[in-house]
Amino acid sequence: MELIKNRPAPKAKAADGVAVHDAEPVNSPERRELYHKREPIYPKLVHGKFRSAKWIFMILALGVYYLLPFVRWDRGPGAPDQAVLVDFANARFYFFFIELWPQEVFYITGLLILAALLLFLVTALFGRVWCGYACPQTVWTDLFIAVERLFEGDRNKRMRLDKQPWSFDKAWRKISKHAVWLVIAAATGGAWILYFHDAFAVLENFFTGQAALTSYLFFAILTFTTYTLAGTMREQVCTYMCPWPRIQAGLTDQQSLNVMYRVDRGEPRGAHKKGESWEGRGDCIDCKACVAACPMGIDIREGAQLECIGCALCIDACDEIMVKVNRPKGLIAYDTDLNIERRMKGEKTQFNLLRPRVILYAALIAAVSGLMLFGLINRSELELNSYRDRNPNFVTLSDGTVRNGYTLTVLNKAGEPRTLDVSLQTDPMMRMRVIGATEAAPTRLAVPADTTQDFRIFLSLPPEAVDRASEDVTFVVTDPATGETARTEAVFITGEGGR
Amino acid sequence: MTKETDKSPAGEKPEVDAYSGVDTTGHEWDGIKELDNPLPRWWLWIFYATIAWAVVYMIFMPALPAPPGFDGHTRGLRNHSERANVTEALAELQASRGPMFARLQQAAADGGIEAIERDPELLNFALAAGESAFGDNCATCHGAGAQGFIGYPNLNDDVWIWDGTFEGIQYTLHKGIRWEQNPDTRFSQMPAYGQDGLLSREEIAAVADHVMTLAGMIEPTEAGRTVGTEIFNQQCSTCHGADGTGDRTIGAPNLVDRDWLYGSEPENIRASIYRGPYGVMPAWEERLDEEVITALAAYVFLLGGGEREAFTEAALDPAISGGADTDGAAGR
Ligand code: SF4
Ligand code: SF4
Repeated sequence: MELIKNRPAPKAKAADGVAVHDAEPVNSPERRELYHKREPIYPKLVHGKFRSAKWIFMILALGVYYLLPFVRWDRGPGAPDQAVLVDFANARFYFFFIELWPQEVFYITGLLILAALLLFLVTALFGRVWCGYACPQTVWTDLFIAVERLFEGDRNKRMRLDKQPWSFDKAWRKISKHAVWLVIAAATGGAWILYFHDAFAVLENFFTGQAALTSYLFFAILTFTTYTLAGTMREQVCTYMCPWPRIQAGLTDQQSLNVMYRVDRGEPRGAHKKGESWEGRGDCIDCKACVAACPMGIDIREGAQLECIGCALCIDACDEIMVKVNRPKGLIAYDTDLNIERRMKGEKTQFNLLRPRVILYAALIAAVSGLMLFGLINRSELELNSYRDRNPNFVTLSDGTVRNGYTLTVLNKAGEPRTLDVSLQTDPMMRMRVIGATEAAPTRLAVPADTTQDFRIFLSLPPEAVDRASEDVTFVVTDPATGETARTEAVFITGEGGR
Repeated sequence: MTKETDKSPAGEKPEVDAYSGVDTTGHEWDGIKELDNPLPRWWLWIFYATIAWAVVYMIFMPALPAPPGFDGHTRGLRNHSERANVTEALAELQASRGPMFARLQQAAADGGIEAIERDPELLNFALAAGESAFGDNCATCHGAGAQGFIGYPNLNDDVWIWDGTFEGIQYTLHKGIRWEQNPDTRFSQMPAYGQDGLLSREEIAAVADHVMTLAGMIEPTEAGRTVGTEIFNQQCSTCHGADGTGDRTIGAPNLVDRDWLYGSEPENIRASIYRGPYGVMPAWEERLDEEVITALAAYVFLLGGGEREAFTEAALDPAISGGADTDGAAGR
């Protein structure tokens, strides 16, 4: 942009009572080299509504993460009472009132689609709010920076400390910081494993050395990743490892609300002397408070950038300055590209939330969640699948009878055992035999509670009826107690007419 | 065109790349100069770590072959032995399966296949254990689904050369067929009429014609009716019976059931008479545990072709069991 070029040289004082921060954006074009070593970033603490929102969200998110495994949910005797549980051993997933079987993983797919669509929607509306507020990388990094600040002080103190030679003071601050980081990282890894077994039992077993090896392994992996990603890598993860910035930037348009420097109002920038008029100059006093506050170490005044995670901390930083120099807040603010252009042309601004893509995303979200809800409400507790033997496809017995073998898989998702009756819908000449059924009750299938049970079944067609290559059959199981039925289609092969 | 030119002879300072400020190696391809960037640090660290790991590994684990003149290899401080581990794991596995196998064995001894079938848990266990043992040991010859191949019987159908009852299958599994190392093996032998010069080619063709006529596969031929019938009655009927229906007690196949182990084409039948088939199955009691053989027998029996013993067959409700086929007409 024209206005940004030809900027005056920086001064030590930007305005009365406002010092210029010694902050260079890490991604400025002059310094962007190919093999660039990581430059440490020392984000300065800011105060303001976005910072408060981030604190609140952090507490909520971490609270949910750490406490959720301890929430109980009564599912009757024999069933686990943990509200959220991924039970790999028994191949079940429990989420409050929902219980999913491996056959129903498509609900997880549905959830992922829903999550993606929601992300599209909020990104189209408000830019990268996911990155700035909700992403675990952001939440834990924010927490780790807070710990760092606790032991080493805010930006300037930290920078000074890092330049100092080693001393007792420096050592204990660094050691304490890393120790607390490790504790948080361990707690993060520790909470993760609580989602996979009964949380109370795991907790006890974990400390008595009785937990499964995988528990310790995942504890170690997550402790390590939390410590390195949130402690030592931080913004590198967002800039270099995460694919999402590349995608997410493509999801916004000219009318999306984004964290933006209002270039129309800020330029030409420059130091402001006390008593000097604000006429004919911009509101930006070039104090670089926004750069110093940025956890990504960039300068929002350069415009939209890949590195910006939309955390809005620069808004808080600049607002603090605007109050000091007595100018209206909002030099950096959530705004749209279109509005900045409009203002530069002297046109009226307008916010247009209901754009076609927003409506499309909302409609898709409604459709997918509706579909999933429908599925969950109508979820049957009895399911039937059949697999025909393929090897051999069919057997011809000595009297010419043709026989096919099947495995019937009955899923009894109810909490009590059931006795079912299996019957056939097909050619009346077809005969059925259930392996293991008694002579008195040749069609009875007993399925224990909450299990999948296989049954071997033979169908045979007497020689006089074998006159076609195949025959459609339908297996039907009925629960005589409740009248509930489930059916599955299958084929009976005779080999007649060539194969 | 690709050409490499080395522009930095020894002693000369390497050229520095203007953009990155990095030394060049002096290698140039099509105007592109190779930069002398150091290896990434993370890469180097991992490399050093692998070296350190190798040293630690050599100390604790068996690693180095013994020098010439000595036996074996270094044992390492952990005295690790994969062979011992496998033995231990196998013993553990055996122990964990033990109770179920004992139950299976008990049920088979007390009530045969019916007792196994009556207990759903045992039934599923026997089927699973039998299927896996079958896949490991039997599928090579009989096929993954026991469908059989030429010369290897199909175990799904109801045709049995020997005994198709549960006990019969168990016996065959134990002792094998024509497994000469085992004195109790099931044994039968058909002479190689052609190979041993007992019959001429024409005579063999005539007998084959007769046999195929018996099975209803062809219209009677002149040679079959005369020479074929005569030879069959003299030579073959002793074992296969005058009507060709065979004798299971001596393992003589039924020749009129249209199930041909060695193929049903005229040349297959002639070849069988010519060379006298001699199919062999090992005696599995030498390799498999008693319990595994029981599970295998149950699995094979329940493939659907197993024969009920006479008394249970009679006890079955005629509405469930119809005729020779043990499949019942059930659950309409
Ligand atoms: S945008 Fe605000 S915080 Fe940033 S340099 Fe300008 S006045 Fe300072
Ligand atoms: S530029 Fe502003 S919104 Fe973007 S990452 Fe930095 S502080 Fe956050």
